[in-house]
Formats: sequence, structure tokens, C-alpha cells
Amino acid sequence: MSVLTDVAAFLAARSNWQPENPDGITARLLEHLQYTGIALAIATAIAIPVGLFIGHTGRFAFVAINAGNAGRALPTLGLLSLVVILVGIGLVPVIVALVVLAIPPLLTSTYAGLQSVDRAIVDAARGQGMRERQVLLRTEVPIALPILMSGIRNATLQVVATATVAAYVALGGFGRFLVDGLAVREYAQVVAGAILVATLAIVLDLLLAGVQRLVVSPGVSGRALTRTTPRKVSL
Amino acid sequence: MLQYLRTSSPAVLAALGQHVVLALLPVLVGLALALPVGYLAHRFRWLYPPLLTISSVLYAVPSLALFVVLPVILGTQILDPLNIVVALSVYTVALLVRTVVDGLASVPPAVTAAATAVGFRPLGLLLRVELPIAVPVILAGLRVATVSNVSLVSVGALLGVGGLGALFTDGLQRDYLAPIITGIVLSVLLALVLDSAIVGVQRVLTPWSRMGER
Repeated sequence: MSVLTDVAAFLAARSNWQPENPDGITARLLEHLQYTGIALAIATAIAIPVGLFIGHTGRFAFVAINAGNAGRALPTLGLLSLVVILVGIGLVPVIVALVVLAIPPLLTSTYAGLQSVDRAIVDAARGQGMRERQVLLRTEVPIALPILMSGIRNATLQVVATATVAAYVALGGFGRFLVDGLAVREYAQVVAGAILVATLAIVLDLLLAGVQRLVVSPGVSGRALTRTTPRKVSL
Repeated sequence: MLQYLRTSSPAVLAALGQHVVLALLPVLVGLALALPVGYLAHRFRWLYPPLLTISSVLYAVPSLALFVVLPVILGTQILDPLNIVVALSVYTVALLVRTVVDGLASVPPAVTAAATAVGFRPLGLLLRVELPIAVPVILAGLRVATVSNVSLVSVGALLGVGGLGALFTDGLQRDYLAPIITGIVLSVLLALVLDSAIVGVQRVLTPWSRMGER
């Protein structure tokens, strides 16, 4: 397989890693992280408060349930093309498309997380004299955190993988290797790009798994108990 | 908009037809593969963690990359629709293995114990007790896989085979909104129709779930 040796050569080339090289891996990584970070930040700022409101009050629950399915059905490429025609080429269309992609998993998991909290616990919290805000932030959210985190990880995975479409509308990121490699039929570059994206997604997921371990209370995750039965993997 | 639909409806319908095939075939292939793999992971628990890792890694590979890399692995032409079908089947399997395992795990142990006690052998137990009870969980996963396949097919348009995705690239090249809006609307409608179809299948397959409804 000569493609594989070419891929290795591409990934090992020192010039590809120099930060000054605008087409190098380091520069593309930073661009990729930038699109991912901005999109996830905006999506989180929208979806989590809305999800908390819906989950806590139980009002507008159909929004959270249907947003999941309808949002997934929206083709990212179509949305991207639409916004490009409306506002022109630039960062905005890419971010809009990625935000729309990230909102459904965040919204659904926030809602599902709060739904999973035992009603008796919420009643007990209220009975102890907690105000609504405290019930939400100090009782419901900590218990919902594993499901909420799985939604954040899921959204991150999708956004990292999909941020490659930025290259299609003349922006950077790892997608450049895919689009450029495809244009000149240089498959080694394409394969290298795919490997880089997948690696980045896995590294970010591991980081978030670490965060999850830190923020989820041992009493909720079950780590505080001695495990006799295999722990059921959360959604 | 109407002008566009009047002149291009044959092309739009052809794109829609291709889209349906490219989205649905992988769902069937993926389900056929995920059921046995999921069952094995359910029977032999040590298989589950590595399978979970493999499926998350596969899911992290961008669709565009998979579409482009597959011809190199399969030896197909880059324009071969088979690439899209195989790539989406990979995603479907990655997603469904997990739901199949979760579904089988959702069967109460008392039920399997009772079934074993009345004389079910492992195969009968699986086909006539465990799978029917797991249907709601498995079909929930299938709905997610189907809907996201409908959306992913369009990415294939960057390579020239993408069903409705062709309308997006066309619109972008000509700076023309009509094909893009048509593509988005049809894509969402298609996803809705397929999603409702699966819900319908679930109602047929699990008549007992409606018994409690009043």
C-alpha cells in the first residue's frame, strides 16, 4: 500500500508541523479548534439554558423532543449553502451550520437528563425548603450531569467531524486536506486529513470524559459504591 | 421558486429517488450487521468495551473523509454510489451496535429466567422473547440512524453522488436559492416520513405497548 507510506510521510513531514506554515497541520488544527470552539460555545449558551427551563418546568417539552429529530434531519451542507448565499463567504455560515448541528443533541440530553431525576428527590429538595433555583442547580443538575455530559460529548464529536465542511466554502481547518487532496486526487493527503480529524475527535472526547469524572459526584456515577455488578453504560 | 420547480422537477425527483436509496440501503445493511454483533456483545460482556471504542472511533471519522477514502480501500470508482452506501452502513452499524446491546440489556432478568424455565432454548429465547422486548430501544436507535443518514447523504454531493445534495452544490455554484431551499425542505420531509414509518413499524411490532394506553 503506497498510500499508507505516503500518509505516514505526510504526517511525519516536519514542514507540515511548523506553526508558521499556513497550510501546515498546526495552523489547520488551530482553525479547526476555532470553528469547533465558537460553534460549541454558542450552541451551549442557547441549548443548555433552554433545556434546563424545559426540563425543570416540564413546559414546551415537545420542543425538546422534536428539536432532536427535526434538527438532525437538517442537512448541514444545505444549511451552509443557504447561509453562504444569504450573507456571503466567511466564518458566519460555517458557525451557523455547526451551531444548528450541535443544538439538538445538547437540548435533548439536557432535557432527558432532568427527566431522569427521580421525582421523589425533587420533592424532597423542595420539602427541605430549597427554592426553585436551588432545586434546579443543586439537586437536579448534579444528578442529570452524566446524561448532560454525554450530550456535550456527542455534540463535540459531531461538530469536530462536520467542521470539515468549512473547507468547502473556502475556509480552513482539517477539511482543507480533504477538499484539496480530493481536488488534486492526492489520496494520501485525504487519508491524513481523515486521521487527523478522527484523532482530534477522540482526544477531545477523552478530555471531556476526564472532565465528566471530575464534575460528576461519585455518589451519582456509582464510583462511591463497591461494584458487584457491571455498571450499565449511560446513554 | 415556482419557476425553478416547474423547469427542474424531473431532476429534483431523480435526486430525491437517489437520496431515498442511498439513505435506506445502509439502514438495512447496518441493522443486519448490528443485530448479530450486538447479540455477541450482549452474550460475551468482555466484547462490549472494545466494540464501544471501535464504534466511537468509526463515528468520529468525518463522512466526507470516509466517502473519499473508501474507493482506495474497496477499489471502487470515486463516483460509485457504493462508496456512500458502505460509508453510511459503517455509521449505522457503529450507532446500532450500542442500541442493540442496550435493548437486550433492557430485558428484565426475571423474564429471561422465566422463559428459560418454560423450556426456551437460546435461539428461541433470543428471537421470541429478548428481541421483541428490545424492539422499542432498537427502533429508537434506528430512527436516529435513519434520520442522520438522510442528512449525511447530501455530503456525497461534494463527490458528485449525493441525491438531494446535488441541489445544494448546484445552488451554491449558480448563487441561486431555489434549489437549496427545495433540497432542504425535501430532505427534512423525507426524514420525517421515514421516521414516522419506523414509529408505525414499532406500533405493529409491539402491540402490547398500546395495552396500557387509555
